[in-house]
Amino acid sequence: MTKNRILSHLDELEYESIYVIREVAAQFERPVLLFSGGKDSIIMTHLAMKAFWPAKLPFPLLHIDTGHNFIETMVYRDNMVKKLGASLIVGSVQESINNGRVVEERGPMASRNLLQTTTLLDTLEKYKFDAAMGGGRRDEEKARAKERFFSHRDEFGQWDPKNQRPELWNIFNGRKNQGEHFRVFPISNWTEMDVWQYILKENIELPEIYFTHQREVFNRDGVWLAKAPFMTLKDGETFEVKTVRCRTIGDISCTGLTLSEANSLEEIIAEIAATRVTERGGRADDMRSEAAMEDRKKEGYF
Amino acid sequence: MSEFSTNGYLDMELLRFTTAGSVDDGKSTLIGRLLYDSKSIFEDQLEAVKRASIRRGNEHIDLALLTDGLRAEREQGITIDVAYRYFATPKRKFIIADTPGHIQYTRNMVTGASTANAAIILIDARNGLTEQTRRHSYIASLLRIPHVIICINKMDLMDFSEQRFNEIKADFIDFAGVIQLVDYTFVPISALLGDNVVDASVNMPWYDGGTLRHVLETLEIGNDNNLVDPRFPVQYVIRPLSDEFHDYRGYAGRVAGGIFKPGDEVVVLPSMLKTRIKSIDRYNGPCEEAWAPMSVTFTLDDDIDISRGDMLAKADNLPIATQDVDMMMCWMSEQPMQLNGKYAIKHTTRDVRCVIKSVNYKVNVSTLEHIHDGSNVGLNDIASVSIRTTKPLFVDSYSKNRRTGSLIIIDEATNRTVGVGMVL
Repeated sequence: MTKNRILSHLDELEYESIYVIREVAAQFERPVLLFSGGKDSIIMTHLAMKAFWPAKLPFPLLHIDTGHNFIETMVYRDNMVKKLGASLIVGSVQESINNGRVVEERGPMASRNLLQTTTLLDTLEKYKFDAAMGGGRRDEEKARAKERFFSHRDEFGQWDPKNQRPELWNIFNGRKNQGEHFRVFPISNWTEMDVWQYILKENIELPEIYFTHQREVFNRDGVWLAKAPFMTLKDGETFEVKTVRCRTIGDISCTGLTLSEANSLEEIIAEIAATRVTERGGRADDMRSEAAMEDRKKEGYF
Repeated sequence: MSEFSTNGYLDMELLRFTTAGSVDDGKSTLIGRLLYDSKSIFEDQLEAVKRASIRRGNEHIDLALLTDGLRAEREQGITIDVAYRYFATPKRKFIIADTPGHIQYTRNMVTGASTANAAIILIDARNGLTEQTRRHSYIASLLRIPHVIICINKMDLMDFSEQRFNEIKADFIDFAGVIQLVDYTFVPISALLGDNVVDASVNMPWYDGGTLRHVLETLEIGNDNNLVDPRFPVQYVIRPLSDEFHDYRGYAGRVAGGIFKPGDEVVVLPSMLKTRIKSIDRYNGPCEEAWAPMSVTFTLDDDIDISRGDMLAKADNLPIATQDVDMMMCWMSEQPMQLNGKYAIKHTTRDVRCVIKSVNYKVNVSTLEHIHDGSNVGLNDIASVSIRTTKPLFVDSYSKNRRTGSLIIIDEATNRTVGVGMVL
């Protein structure tokens, strides 16, 4: 705290996010916090804990489980839920497949990433959640740069980017009709660098896969992907052991790994400061087309 | 970015600024240059823009494709919404609210301006002050953006002429007096060639001010929040009901003005009951003082009935509690405003309903003339309006406090935000 009462950028971002999270708890009847085990949802959970301390979180966590997770993420998730005394709901993509709600993609490029949308919307409807908070950031992807903090979804869970509500000052309009819901992005204004600096400043524990380790991987179109039972090789691809870490965590089928020796938060921050590729540059799901993210978001994706 | 050391970088200031303009002004070129020269554009983004530019048959890399995120925008080559962009220099972190500049996008400009500490207004050195310059400056003044930077662009096309710069500067100073702009500064630039954007221009040795980036890095933002008039809108009541915190009752919120300390006597609106602040709590430990825009939790000496929408202030410095509010309004909906119509209002953390009583005048945002043509207020119109609310609001004039002087107007049938108001 300085005498001239100017906040640091991390403090200002934190106060803004806490304000948004409290606004969600105040304006909605059944909010939920989407938790993926990735760093963005980890700091979201941390901010929510700070927002309501000394009370516990006034909403549950929701994990949409593709069944294709890194084991480290699941271990981390269960430990964290226990530590916070939070309640966890799991929406299973495997169950959606078993129930015939979605059909599994086939071939070597198959991913359950798209299927998650159906599971997410079904789970929101089942529990009658009216606001789902996520860790989306505007610096991640160009379609997200136009996203509101409070993003309205119609009764089909769809986003209408050309018809968004104006959002001014810090006044958020969460009014809606029956059956509609909101997606809320309290860390909209954070950049990847802010997230890492905040993790360092707050000394937040992360899943081990964010740090350097040896792993069996293969290279597809310039992206390193992890070996897993459900990943099939194409002609010419082979498994090899590399020293890698995750820069972003999605499900295994679409998470590109970075060749890296960074073993501490300071080393990771230095690595990001020097890097010339965005964190989603390794996400196979974004490379499908120029508007891949916008199209997925319109359908109700995270 | 290797110039950043990890430690110094944890404690930077944040500056939010807005830009308004069209491609013709060189706005995209300017933003592209600020981002590119601060290494905030990454290789994969640049590759994607290059590919798209070639596919569209453009001769140059079209940096607008970086900011135009929606498919419809890229297809039509226009910006239709506010886009938020981020970059950092070793001194500050910046958030840009990038908005389209044409008159039909007044609502977007107003939106971008609402959270900005600073505005960049671009003037084409060949054209001097235009209708668009006046409109952007008026909106900056109406939304009380604390600092305005006038970039006189395309100086390369005017032979980097000091005389031309001074002419435009004099014209603008005259105009700034009319719209009561206080804090503004001029930078002669060439966004295309980079003169005075990040690096000092060798072509304009007569200019002894800082580059645009230097100005952005050094603007005094310490007084942008009101630190004089204590205002604390109660946002959420925290009751843990746990064994450890059995009787804890905390009032969570974001300080909207002034400074609060433990021991301070506070008045609760609307009940007007008095009590003292017992503690100001945060997860990381109690605070000795809280000021705008900190999010904190107050505990109080007395157990009085306080809920969301109430406001804490001090006996010798109270907001105006009123059901009759005069304001400047910007209408944001295709559906015109209904005189005598009823709308919902959100002001700080308070929800009320209102009726629109009268339209006093509309403003021609290009000429600044007042128009008295009755009551038609439509999309993008700015008007002076009087409303009456169902319950009192606790307001300050917008010029005194942007947080307690602003409100939004909601159509109760569609739930859409249809207008915004700045209390007079």
